[in-house]
Amino acid sequence: MLGYIARRILATIPVMGVVAFFVFSLLYIAPGDPAAVIAGDQATPADVERIRQNLGLDRPFLVRFGEWTWHILQGDMGKSIFTALPVWTMIEQRIGPTVSLMVVTLLLAVTVAVPMGVVAAWKAGSWIDRVIMGFAVFGFSVPVFVVAYLLAYVFALELEWLPVQGYTPLAAGFWPWLENLILPSIALGCVYIALIARITRAAMLEVLSQDYIKTARAKGLAQTSILFVHALKNAAVPIVTVIGIGIALLIGGAVVTESVFVIPGLGRLTIDAILRRDYPVIQGVVLLFSFVYVLVNLVIDLLYTVLDPRIRY
Amino acid sequence: MALLEVENLQTHFRIPEGVNRAVDGVSFAINERETLAIVGESGCGKSVTASSILRLIPEPPGKIAGAIRFEGRDLLKLSEREMRRIRGKDISMIFQEPMTSLNPVLSVGRQLRETLSVHEGLERHAADARAEEMLALVGIPEPRRRLSEYPHQLSGGMRQRVMIAIALACSPKLLIADEPTTALDVTIQAQILELMRNLKHRVGAAIVLITHDLGVVAEVAERVMVMYAGRKVEEAPVADLFRSPRHPYTQGLLGAVPKLGSSLSGAATRLAEIPGLVPSLKGRMQGCVFANRCPQATDLCRRLAPALAPKAPGHVVACHYARRDAAAG
Amino acid sequence: MNAVLAAAPPEDLAAAPELPDILPPAKPRRGLAGFVRRHPAIAAGGTLVLVMLLIAVLAPYLGRVDPTAIAPGRRTRPPSAQFWFGSDMLGRDIYSRIVYGARVSLIVGFSVALLASFAGLVIGIVSGFVRWADPIVMRVMDGLMSIPPILLAVALMALTRGSVGNVILAITIAEVPRVSRLVRAVVLSLREQPYVDAAVAAGTRTPMIMLRHILPNTLSPLTVQATYICASAMIIEAILSFIGAGIPPTIPSWGNIMAEGRALWQVKPYIVFFPAIFLSLTVLAVNLLGDGLRDALDPRMAKEI
Repeated sequence: MLGYIARRILATIPVMGVVAFFVFSLLYIAPGDPAAVIAGDQATPADVERIRQNLGLDRPFLVRFGEWTWHILQGDMGKSIFTALPVWTMIEQRIGPTVSLMVVTLLLAVTVAVPMGVVAAWKAGSWIDRVIMGFAVFGFSVPVFVVAYLLAYVFALELEWLPVQGYTPLAAGFWPWLENLILPSIALGCVYIALIARITRAAMLEVLSQDYIKTARAKGLAQTSILFVHALKNAAVPIVTVIGIGIALLIGGAVVTESVFVIPGLGRLTIDAILRRDYPVIQGVVLLFSFVYVLVNLVIDLLYTVLDPRIRY
Repeated sequence: MALLEVENLQTHFRIPEGVNRAVDGVSFAINERETLAIVGESGCGKSVTASSILRLIPEPPGKIAGAIRFEGRDLLKLSEREMRRIRGKDISMIFQEPMTSLNPVLSVGRQLRETLSVHEGLERHAADARAEEMLALVGIPEPRRRLSEYPHQLSGGMRQRVMIAIALACSPKLLIADEPTTALDVTIQAQILELMRNLKHRVGAAIVLITHDLGVVAEVAERVMVMYAGRKVEEAPVADLFRSPRHPYTQGLLGAVPKLGSSLSGAATRLAEIPGLVPSLKGRMQGCVFANRCPQATDLCRRLAPALAPKAPGHVVACHYARRDAAAG
Repeated sequence: MNAVLAAAPPEDLAAAPELPDILPPAKPRRGLAGFVRRHPAIAAGGTLVLVMLLIAVLAPYLGRVDPTAIAPGRRTRPPSAQFWFGSDMLGRDIYSRIVYGARVSLIVGFSVALLASFAGLVIGIVSGFVRWADPIVMRVMDGLMSIPPILLAVALMALTRGSVGNVILAITIAEVPRVSRLVRAVVLSLREQPYVDAAVAAGTRTPMIMLRHILPNTLSPLTVQATYICASAMIIEAILSFIGAGIPPTIPSWGNIMAEGRALWQVKPYIVFFPAIFLSLTVLAVNLLGDGLRDALDPRMAKEI
């Protein structure tokens, strides 16, 4: 089993390498002249040249890639074109709110979506199933910022149950912190919940048709035991897999959600960077998020050994 | 009073093209400590019959009708909760595929303990001890170690033994075995049958044994019932059936069994096959279900479905032309 | 072993009892009603998509005014007889903008679906067949997939001038890895099939095998996946436009209109509201269509997609 763990961890390294390579080379793939685009319409040729040097576009690709990678490994993500601050410092300042939002959303989504999927599978074909899956399709179809505005309009503006926008750090108290995160996490979580519920239902249906479930029924076990112990544990692998993959949705949606609810996190940082064409910041955020994503999926892979005793060679 | 009395059991399924009448009017009875075999080819409804007894049929596509009286109570009238108390305790079932019938993510011990704690209220230690006993009873070496192992670490034969252990753990009065040896190697088959024969006497349970293998019937059963296209076509004590089968289908089945030494004796060595296919169970049939394949079918057969009638002591047959003994029951 | 047959009809003729039907007989419906009954998702989704397509195509006839006509004197009016969905902060008719916006969103959606499917198909088949290329290609695809799609699109858009073409390209690049994975999986499973072995043994050359045997089998899952990509692309385009990294503001797209309504959403929510409904309905329709196709073509796919 240790062998499996070691192998999975080692396998992550080439993937991260490829990610870094891609993030770096986006600059070179983009059609047209990125330096000119970044410099903007009002730039002078001197400005464009300055940007070009800043980005290292005047030097050979591999040399630049090597330098860049070396810096990244030391934690240096370059400097922002706009503020001249180190990118890492800017990220550090904004990471707290984003992490809070994503953690709350993750917990909310899993606790809501998995039971939804289990019930839908159990009552497959009935109206309960149709209603639950109907919600799921809606969850997929309404863009995250629309849900965000809808929730904010109804619950914050009209009913005034929750704050419209803003963020309170955890240090200032648990409830104020949570209060600000409830609406954003529901908005952000919609797509995620829909995805998890669908896969849970599909996986559970597959499992419930297996022979060992028939055996469990023939033993006279209670329905809850059959669903949650016998069936769910077997469905856990695909469900957990999709929870990992779906984090990509959370990351992408966080950018927008933070904008609607005015949360000072990495999402807002990214949006501001986009408007100002501050490429080093964008690059830094994308790299960071991608690495986190790879790590999360590594953890999920390792989790398989706990869930399924057959994956322990 | 018989231990189990099945009366006019019908199990139909809603399918896209209409209704599948998988079991269409089957009646039989079994007494305590008796072993009844149900034989027939694939698709004749024997497995569905077995599952219907324990009401393991999913009710939205399926529906069961008739009466299934166990110790006098009609199981079809019980609530789901009452049924759960009977399953695994008074009536147990083992299935065909040992490779997939055990939950792969739960330990063997856990799957054994479950029955014991649900039906007999045993807690961890007592359940573990009983589980170990049961594993030893079914002939598994090093039973204590096996408790913490997982199904994928056991061979097919061992898994089937575990299934038997689980089924017998709460001393059921009736054991339903749905093709327990079909998926096993021949040598393992023999071992499992031997085990079942021994346990039969030890535990004192009645057994309903579903199989398509007549050799298995000869080894374990006392009475045998032949099913075809969802109906019962013949039932008799084992020796009787083998000696003088009276339904053309049974005759066909027995004719299709290779006989040792037949090539030496110069007798016809070609295996007799029954031409044709099992009729589709989708609609209501007119006349005898076997008529389209029966070498002796007449217009009467195609018009009128024969009832089960006694043709010899303890021997009933559903055929208009089956030979009748003078001293029929 | 043979029973002695009675030459004459038997004396004690007994008929088996007639047992009743315990399930009501089914009524199969023919024609259109039958189709709708059996495939409600395809019917509903397909109809809505057609409606949206019609709106997009007939935009010049449906739009009442020039969607780019600025009228500062009539800014931010609520819905009325003159402006069916109200007017935005530059006085433009929101209804007309939405009707024209349908074109952009649908073009983006369909283009991305087609391009990503085609590219993914090629990559997947090559990767599945050319064994030495497989690990390399898959590492690359894994790497690309590790970058959350929106961020990837954002990063690409940050480096180029905003235009419909660039948006389509950026989103396509983000979606290709998933498709190639899917195709590769199908190819790998089919490669082991006996009939492929038979074709190889008969001397069929590889491109022929790919075309004749492998390709047709990828079409079902690919079609279903393509519908999901279309829905996803429309949402990503909306998000990109919303955060300013998408279609330039001069071209009306549903995402753009919503982006423009951002500042005023607390007081004039309808600017965001109306395009949101249209976008959601369209994406819903495409998703339903995808689900319906998936269930109709091969219910087993439901486990993978």
